[in-house]
Amino acid sequence: MADQVQDIRKLIRQHKLRDHAFALLGLVCMMVAVLILLGLFINLAIDGASRLTPDFFTSFPSRHAERAGILSAWVGTTLVMLVTLIAAVPVGISAAIYLEEYARKNWITDLIEVNVTNLAGVPSIVYGLLALGLFVYQFGFGQSILSAGLTLALLVLPVIIVATREALRAVPRNIREAAYALGATRWQMIQDHLLPYSFGGIMTGVIIGMARAIGETAPLITIGALSYIAFLPPSPVTETAPYVNFEWLTSAFTVLPIQMFNWVSRPEAAFLKNAAATGAVIIVMTLLMNGTAIYLRYQIRKKIKW
Amino acid sequence: MTSLEITQKAVILDQGLKLRSIRKRSRRVKESAIEIFLFASALSAVAITFAIVYVLVAESFGFFEHVPIFDFLTDTQWTPLFSDAHYGILPLVAGTFVTTIVALLVAVPLGTIIALYLSEFAPSRVRETVKPFLELLAAVPTVVFGYFALLVVTPLLQHTIMPGLPGFNMLGPGIVIGIMIIPYISSVSEDAMRAVPMHMREGSYAMGATRFQTARLVVTPAALSGIVAAYILGISRALGETMVVAIAAGQQPTLTLNPMEPAATITAYIVQVSLGDLPHGGIGYQSIFAAGLVLVLITLGFNILGHVLRKRFREIY
Repeated sequence: MADQVQDIRKLIRQHKLRDHAFALLGLVCMMVAVLILLGLFINLAIDGASRLTPDFFTSFPSRHAERAGILSAWVGTTLVMLVTLIAAVPVGISAAIYLEEYARKNWITDLIEVNVTNLAGVPSIVYGLLALGLFVYQFGFGQSILSAGLTLALLVLPVIIVATREALRAVPRNIREAAYALGATRWQMIQDHLLPYSFGGIMTGVIIGMARAIGETAPLITIGALSYIAFLPPSPVTETAPYVNFEWLTSAFTVLPIQMFNWVSRPEAAFLKNAAATGAVIIVMTLLMNGTAIYLRYQIRKKIKW
Repeated sequence: MTSLEITQKAVILDQGLKLRSIRKRSRRVKESAIEIFLFASALSAVAITFAIVYVLVAESFGFFEHVPIFDFLTDTQWTPLFSDAHYGILPLVAGTFVTTIVALLVAVPLGTIIALYLSEFAPSRVRETVKPFLELLAAVPTVVFGYFALLVVTPLLQHTIMPGLPGFNMLGPGIVIGIMIIPYISSVSEDAMRAVPMHMREGSYAMGATRFQTARLVVTPAALSGIVAAYILGISRALGETMVVAIAAGQQPTLTLNPMEPAATITAYIVQVSLGDLPHGGIGYQSIFAAGLVLVLITLGFNILGHVLRKRFREIY
């Protein structure tokens, strides 16, 4: 009898020990993942610190590593993002509104839903191939900012659709019913109630999508972005009427990640420093955007109590 | 009230009704116009899929007019741009699978343990603090991870356990891709684990099980369908990962299963060709579409497999 009690005690002790061991293992694994992120960033910052001067942002790439900068790259990234934003956001939000508020349960809706889910899983380089065949050659947009912006728009479309749907779904049913009860049409209800209430959630999705687009490299290489661009596209804003200018859309371009890729691929250590500095700039941009999105989501969760 | 007044009133009333019905009709027109616009936007998702399939198949068609499918699938050399051209996809597929397997060996254990820890062990404050950091890890651009693989991980391996490791190899990029997909695996499996109803855990605790026993014997089997979905997501990411391997794995297509050697993946080949200036419509140009088609088919295959497994393991409470 006493022996059995001893055995059971031993068994319990063993299992408790294992329990604690696993908790410790989990903590260690988690810290490893988080510390790697920190380590990566610190490493980049240290490697690139000496190059992060104002000149770095205002110079074109050059054969001399010390004189090279990322002017054309960050201007290119900005313009490409502008096209992506204009192309992807209206379509993405509209598609999400349709799927959440209008879609009847039938095979077309199922087809659309399956496609949205699948598109989110398509490797990004495949979008590059699509854009190469379609935008660059079929439509004749060439290897331009327009092609690049549209490519990234396709890529972030599923992200925006999924996030918007989630935001819309979070608005309770009774808000919709209250609007209908007062005689609102469906679109009036969406425009005056649903969109304002879910605005924060939609913005979160848009920001996350844009942050992803900023770092995308492969699809833009595929459509033929150049890595050595020593000029700026024509300015979108002009001093004389009509004040806007669309020539920049057809201009050749480079973006930050491609500039970084180009410098990483060179053997000289001086260029690797440039690559590290560019990487630090990209990381700061994406982390800022994602941080904003996470903060926004946190605020929404805290503030809204239906 | 004179009859005149009555007629006037009737006319006014009639006009009012007409106006209202006109307004009603215009409102209805506006409503359906909006619905059509929204529907068209939603259809764009279907259009994109069709466009992808069309472009890949159409360009590959041209490729397979020059290259017999049998050679494509069995030749062990991939040298489309050499004068002695060989078009065997096997080396690229092998490279893709080797990097993916290395990545999974890193990401599956770490991701699953992190998910179990976050869902079953961690206090809620720890979970709420750590999850955003893991999300940020997923948001770091892949080109930066490529830099990391080439200039941090590979040298680290060379200085510690593998002195003979070449500067370009598949091991370093594989490990880095693994780190990169940890957040995907951990966050999707954690969601699945948290969806397991509390009363099942309580039942297990009531029988005297520890948290680890509950996690292993109750939560994991119940959440298996979601965990499989997470693994499949991780596999898709790893298969399609481009920049890390293009930067750090070297770009020569070699048929090898040894992760210590340099090799090219399908994605790295596409990047390599795109960096050069290839004439539109040539065999080199077409070859990247054929390679892309293979990549899509492999990814699709894993997704279908995932779908089947998920159905098999689905538990409904």
